[in-house]
Amino acid sequence: MSAASTAEAPAYVANTKVGRFTDFVDERVGGSGILREFGRKVFPDHWSFMFGEVALYSFVILLMSGTFLTFFFDPSMAETHYAGSYTPLKNVEMSVAYSSSLDISFDVRGGLFMRQVHHWAALLFVASVAVHMLRVFFTGAFRKPREMNWVVGGVLLILAMAAGFTGYSLPDDLLSGNGLRIIDGVIKSIPVIGTYISFFLFGGEFPGTVIISRLYTLHILLVPALILLMIVVHLFMVVVHKHTQYPGPGRNDRNVVGYPLGPVYAAKAGGFFFIVFGVIALMAAFFTINPIWNYGPYDPSPVSAGTQPDWYIGWVDGALRLMPGVIGDFHFEYIIFGHVLTLNVLLPALVPAGLVFTVLFMYPWIERWITKDNREHHVLDRPRNAPTRTAIGMAGFTFYCVMWAAASSDLIATHFHVALNDVTYWLRALFFIGPVIAFVVTKRVALALQRKDREIALHGRETGRIVRLPHGEFIEVHAPLDEYKRYKLVGFESPAPLPAEPNEHGVVTRKENRRAKLSRWFFEDRVAPATPAELEASHGHHEAVEAGEGQKTLSH
Amino acid sequence: MGNHSDGSPNHSGTVATAGQHEVEKFQDPGIPPHRLRLADTDPKAAKRAERQVAVLFATSVIGTVIFLVAYFAIDLGDDSSIATIRLQNALLGIGTAFAMLGIGTGIVHWAKALMPDHEVSEERHAIRTEDDRQAAVRIVDDIVEETGIKRRPLIRNTLLGAVALAPLPAIAIFGDLGPRPDDKLAHTMWAPQDGKLKRLTRDPDGTPIKASDVTIGSAFHVIPEGLNELHEGKLNEKAKAVVLLMRLDPASLNPSAGRENWGYNGIVAYSKICTHVGCPVALYEQQTHHLLCPCHQSTFDLTQECKVIFGPASRPLPQLPIAVDDEGYLVATSDFKEPVGPSYWERDEHERSINS
Repeated sequence: MSAASTAEAPAYVANTKVGRFTDFVDERVGGSGILREFGRKVFPDHWSFMFGEVALYSFVILLMSGTFLTFFFDPSMAETHYAGSYTPLKNVEMSVAYSSSLDISFDVRGGLFMRQVHHWAALLFVASVAVHMLRVFFTGAFRKPREMNWVVGGVLLILAMAAGFTGYSLPDDLLSGNGLRIIDGVIKSIPVIGTYISFFLFGGEFPGTVIISRLYTLHILLVPALILLMIVVHLFMVVVHKHTQYPGPGRNDRNVVGYPLGPVYAAKAGGFFFIVFGVIALMAAFFTINPIWNYGPYDPSPVSAGTQPDWYIGWVDGALRLMPGVIGDFHFEYIIFGHVLTLNVLLPALVPAGLVFTVLFMYPWIERWITKDNREHHVLDRPRNAPTRTAIGMAGFTFYCVMWAAASSDLIATHFHVALNDVTYWLRALFFIGPVIAFVVTKRVALALQRKDREIALHGRETGRIVRLPHGEFIEVHAPLDEYKRYKLVGFESPAPLPAEPNEHGVVTRKENRRAKLSRWFFEDRVAPATPAELEASHGHHEAVEAGEGQKTLSH
Repeated sequence: MGNHSDGSPNHSGTVATAGQHEVEKFQDPGIPPHRLRLADTDPKAAKRAERQVAVLFATSVIGTVIFLVAYFAIDLGDDSSIATIRLQNALLGIGTAFAMLGIGTGIVHWAKALMPDHEVSEERHAIRTEDDRQAAVRIVDDIVEETGIKRRPLIRNTLLGAVALAPLPAIAIFGDLGPRPDDKLAHTMWAPQDGKLKRLTRDPDGTPIKASDVTIGSAFHVIPEGLNELHEGKLNEKAKAVVLLMRLDPASLNPSAGRENWGYNGIVAYSKICTHVGCPVALYEQQTHHLLCPCHQSTFDLTQECKVIFGPASRPLPQLPIAVDDEGYLVATSDFKEPVGPSYWERDEHERSINS
């Protein structure tokens, strides 16, 4: 009965062609709710929000170029003699994987281009994920309710590195083979099960004949599937939370200010995909990446000097280089109960990366515990307005960069004509004191910037105009800010240290005391935002000047 | 700047506040008034922007044509030179770049110059309502209650035990990914076969080396005799057996007790596989008699039996005992006396069994 009445009800007829088409789809799959929710959803705009987009788009480009490459790549390690058109390697004995990589480069039209697009997009993918995470960290976007999305982002960073490394090894050239050799050495250093893992991974002794096809399965199936899954979860949470926004007039934790998805935001974001693709195409056109034909097939005997991994593995490789194997007469490899514990490999391979990722994953909860801040935050912090967090971030970043630089210690030595050993000694020192220096300097810079903001909010910006007053005094004219610009400089919170509080039993626990100490460390140095009263007071201070100068210099 | 101090100058430290109490704050003035763009007010400017967008889209068409021409017109043929490939690669890239950047910049310019640029404010909704939350908690409680899992610990505990053990087969099933290591890492091809000592031969061609070929200061990359003739596992054997052969003034070598006969007239042979993580130690500094691994810069001193003098390695490079056969060729008198390459858990055990 009801069905009949629905059928006979006068149907809604859209006025436009697009409208009728939308209606056609809607009547069949019912998308109007989704469209209503998303069609005009507001997205805040800021250049720093693009890094996540770059990551997403480079992943799409990776999927497309990677699919093309799979049609021509053969991950077999069977021996063959090269018969392609690159003359210097004619008849050289090599694996089928390497040979087919050469064929992609030299005998498939556009193959070299696709290889270079794929490799550049991969480098850009990891880089944009990393920079995106830095943006999220320094602006405090990981705070409630986005802690879980921060963790998903961290997982994506690890997966991106895994995708990069498994792909890097596939061509089976000399360089990537040496990379695998290093991985094998690191795996063998794992206590108890290391040798077994190595044998299982390589199907026997290194290099064996199966590792390339196994990495291939991981590279084209498992890892990208996980990345895709994580991206879906990531974006789903972005939709649930709505995007964060930078502080400014009219923006607060209860609203979201920006452009509607359709058409402006969608156009900008969609157009940006093509820009990212275009830039990667330009890089692939003009900058050779991974010229595997120069390296030759993998052979355990030769190695070229100045070898480096792709940039995102550099920090782990650098840590391996920094670790001394012997200090004085102390060997970092020793024997316990008849078994070998090779700390000179194990420590640098696990500890720095473990430290970085543990702190990274736990940081939202650490900060929440210290600040006892359980509110939702949708307005970002300007990094200067959270000096201690910014300083912690810079300390971590410096820690990373010292290791990263260490992966190029030999190139630093040859380019700057300094002794290789000295480079390593300096970097070893910086490994420990670099983060400390970075912390102190960053914190001071952030506080200084906050003071400068106060200065500008209260006294206006310097105009560069020097004026002599009737009584002879020289002053520089300051132009006051309009209320919108001023609000940007004063609209932030400056939490004070939170002293220890007794719990429900009236006891101040030791843990609470520790928290209070950390809270003091976090917030004891702080600059409070300027207040209207202070602005009033500063006007009084300048009354004479303003009265003397008149309106014309100060209005704009 | 001097007297523009903020807060009270009497405050110590870097705390700059207006006072202990949070005084009143600036009021949020709201979203700044919208400023019109040129294209909003001037129809000519709008028309110009429209033309610019069209030109950008047209550039994209040109890019696509460049790509297609480069793809079909440049013939790689059978003996394509690297220059041809570079040219084609560059043109394909330029074509793609124009095609993509034309569309991308066109759309962005369109959005920025011509689409409405009013910033709007939208309320955020709470992620969940209190109503939903309470209902959800109730539902979860009901579900748990109806299973009765709290009242029946026997069921709970056996289930936990079963679930904890169930993944074990999923791990065990990977057992055939590789063979057991056994003592494979402890032996190399250098072990004498049927009583016949292996000759040291040049890498990669496999020609034997006469002691007289090795002059002072020279270095040879060495593989064992018969390596190139292997049909299977050639790379595996090579990854363990490669050796560096050098000749020094015998006076500068300081062999320790038991190793006096491991060299021949100042000719010594050491494993080329780094004891750190296994890179080939490929660089020989003739003047200082140092061996350097290019991967992580471990440095070994040849005059001290390849002791580590710098870098992350912790163990000296293993030495291969050598001698000269009847025809004057260098031979290995035995296999290495310890496993070569990076350290591993069972390494010490293997070393002891080699020497017993």
